[in-house]
Amino acid sequence: MTHHASKAVCANVSAAQFFDDLHMPLGGLMAVKEADHCLYCYDAPCIQACPTSIDIPTFIHQIRTGNVSGAAHTILSENIMGGTCARACPTEVLCEQACVHNGGENKAVEIGLLQRYATDHLMDQISIKDGPHPFMRAPDSGRHIAVIGAGPAGLSFAHRASMLGHKVSVYEAKSKPGGLNEYGLAAYKMVRDFAAEEVTFLMGIGGIEIFYDKALGSTVTLENLRTKHDAVFVGVGLGDTNDLGLNGEDMAGITDAIDFIEDIRQTSDLLAIKLGQDIIVIGGGNTAIDAAVQAKKLGGQNVTLAYRRGEEQMGATAFEVDLARQNGVMVHLWSKPVAVQGEGTVRAMTFEQTMLKGGKLIGTGETYDITCDMVLKAIGQKIEGADLRGLVTEDGKLKVSENYETSLNGIFAGGDCVRSGEDLTVQAVQDGKQAAIAVDVWLQNN
Amino acid sequence: MADLRCTIAGIESINPFWLASAPPTDKYSNVVRAFEAGWGGVVWKTLGEDPPVINMSSRYGAHLGSNRSVIGINNIELISDRPLDVNLREIEQVRQEWPDRVIIGSMMAQIDERAWKELAIKIAASGVHGIELNLGCPHGMCERGMGSSIGQVPEMIEQTTRWVCEAVDIPVFTKLTPNITNILWGAEAAKAGGAQAVSLINTVNSVISVDLDAMAPTPTVDGKGSHGGYCGSAVKPIALHMVAEIARSPETQGIDISAIGGIENWRDAAEFISLGADALQVCTAAMLYGFRIVDDMIAGLSNFMDEKGYKTIDDFRGLAVKNTVDWNELNMNFDTKAFIDQEACIECGRCHIACEDTSHQAITFDVAKDGQRSFTVVDEDCVGCNLCALICPVPDCIEMRPVKNDLPYLTWPEHPKNPLGEM
Repeated sequence: MTHHASKAVCANVSAAQFFDDLHMPLGGLMAVKEADHCLYCYDAPCIQACPTSIDIPTFIHQIRTGNVSGAAHTILSENIMGGTCARACPTEVLCEQACVHNGGENKAVEIGLLQRYATDHLMDQISIKDGPHPFMRAPDSGRHIAVIGAGPAGLSFAHRASMLGHKVSVYEAKSKPGGLNEYGLAAYKMVRDFAAEEVTFLMGIGGIEIFYDKALGSTVTLENLRTKHDAVFVGVGLGDTNDLGLNGEDMAGITDAIDFIEDIRQTSDLLAIKLGQDIIVIGGGNTAIDAAVQAKKLGGQNVTLAYRRGEEQMGATAFEVDLARQNGVMVHLWSKPVAVQGEGTVRAMTFEQTMLKGGKLIGTGETYDITCDMVLKAIGQKIEGADLRGLVTEDGKLKVSENYETSLNGIFAGGDCVRSGEDLTVQAVQDGKQAAIAVDVWLQNN
Repeated sequence: MADLRCTIAGIESINPFWLASAPPTDKYSNVVRAFEAGWGGVVWKTLGEDPPVINMSSRYGAHLGSNRSVIGINNIELISDRPLDVNLREIEQVRQEWPDRVIIGSMMAQIDERAWKELAIKIAASGVHGIELNLGCPHGMCERGMGSSIGQVPEMIEQTTRWVCEAVDIPVFTKLTPNITNILWGAEAAKAGGAQAVSLINTVNSVISVDLDAMAPTPTVDGKGSHGGYCGSAVKPIALHMVAEIARSPETQGIDISAIGGIENWRDAAEFISLGADALQVCTAAMLYGFRIVDDMIAGLSNFMDEKGYKTIDDFRGLAVKNTVDWNELNMNFDTKAFIDQEACIECGRCHIACEDTSHQAITFDVAKDGQRSFTVVDEDCVGCNLCALICPVPDCIEMRPVKNDLPYLTWPEHPKNPLGEM
């Protein structure tokens, strides 16, 4: 029986108020102490492990010398969403995994927390003390670029293109900017409406306008944007989700995990969030973990995360899987959903146990049922193809050159909708930045 | 357990750890707390003629590391600002209550025979074991013709030392300032004047930092600052050098050394003793952590001596003096090369960039296909400077290995390339 998130939540509380930071931010003294732990490596491996190539040893050295605004500038000059990445990046498999301390007797430097310390400092200077935006625009180029999607890729593109002197119009399908930063990350990673604050900060450079509720399709089309602008950047992300392919998948109680997370992030009253008592999350990526942990934190009684392969094959990092277990999520591995049970409303899911044989995943024939009144699907997302007609795709994503050019002249793309790297905010920011630099060069010749 | 008793200027002490003349030894209550904590002796805060001086508000500044660790302190405090008689009565009382502990009376006066002799006699009458002449204070008092203004003139050091030696029959320690060009001139003058011991170093002249908001040196007194005396672990290398110079000079043999300067722990203490110190004085470390730090100084020194088989302080006192020589006596044929333990290396690259940018380009940097970074010493280019070994964050990862070359001990004066050698 479906109930609401009542056990753990008082009346009229939003996610921004209810969820605490997963990693508590560092105070000034702790930040300097942690910065002191950094060896200031030469040609540091952490820089190479960062998809945006932030000069990590330099920004940490700047924190150590008390030049915290300078540290933030070092971060943001490579990654304008350094604030979100400091919160949401799986640092344990990126910069912090590359920290040379891992090779010795020490623990890795808390690069994510230090990055947050620096970026929060600068953003506070700007928002509280009305400080200037840290980047300057080049002289007006007279060129005007359209961006589709106000997510990390689109906004990163817009900021860099604006820095390079171009005017940018962003068309966003939803009514708020930020994309997955605003809608798709767990609330405990983005407390206090950080995604919105970051967009305000980013827009401070000027030269960028955002039009909301303008999805590609009826009024906004690729073709008319291309006609009206000097270039177009597509940063639409992955708007569609994968299906289980089972009969009864449309029963009440079965929904996409990404929608569940969006509801939590957007509600002004967590009590209104529909929450089952026995919840199954299907999938092995970070979205599955985000959904499962939030379901548990909101008061879900039994939360099971079911994944068809083993822990090593999970998309989620070991840290994230531990986080789920620590929060009381039961993790079922080698379990593939094979049937939905119920009439109109889901009552149980049937799983078949799996194994690897010769590198191939096969069912063992043994099945078991888990009673449930809510199923959250987190088995991957895909591009919404219909409105991107004319653009060539490859393996389910937009095909782009190394300069982020799509198959159509003057249309560029980046972020989750292309295959540039992992589907992470930090990769989307890198795509946006690099694509803007590529478009700038392209515009000089066109 | 090793015997930590020591004797300096004929005065016996239960251990070599004394508190130097400074705020911690300002009055009865502090000194009693110090003795309760285990300190072997104190040099009472410097006494002058009445009326007592008046001290400033805002007295100390600090040189801080990034993590707020104190590298050094400076101060602009003057000598005791309490009446002479109050100090002397308190000294008498502590002497009675703590008969096994040493009290040295520190004093200063203007360059006037009567002033020095009368003050010395009064202090000696309080029962102190010895008198220390403060000829080192580099701020405030020197502007009144006292402290370092005397200590920077060897003739005046000899004169004041002689006056006090003539006036009293207890041991005299002459405290030297490091703010000179050659410490030996001051030590020789003290010896000539009759001092049984020298105490060194007093504080180093310094501006410790500038307040960039007030645009004034710190410590800031109503918007202005003055130079002060620098002390703490930062000055230890300066003090070690000056102690060693006196210990190894033929001209200053026979004078005892009370070593002062950045002694924070037993290891510092052992280093000063190995360079010839007879006893030690501590101030800054106590000001940072309280009198309790003497516990580890005692236990640590004792454990060190037990491990090395030294039964008494004298067993290792001065052992490093014979190995402290002029540059001209070093072996030009000695050759040492860096060796990087690849197993221990964590690939930070600090050795490479330090050598590449600032030394001899003798450490190569390669990245293998799998991303593994490796750093290798080029023996032909390595001059054995030690820089890489010093900055490497992993203990014992970079070892300096002497090269076996079977060449004889060869000094620069004997070196065939010395243009002055064949003259």
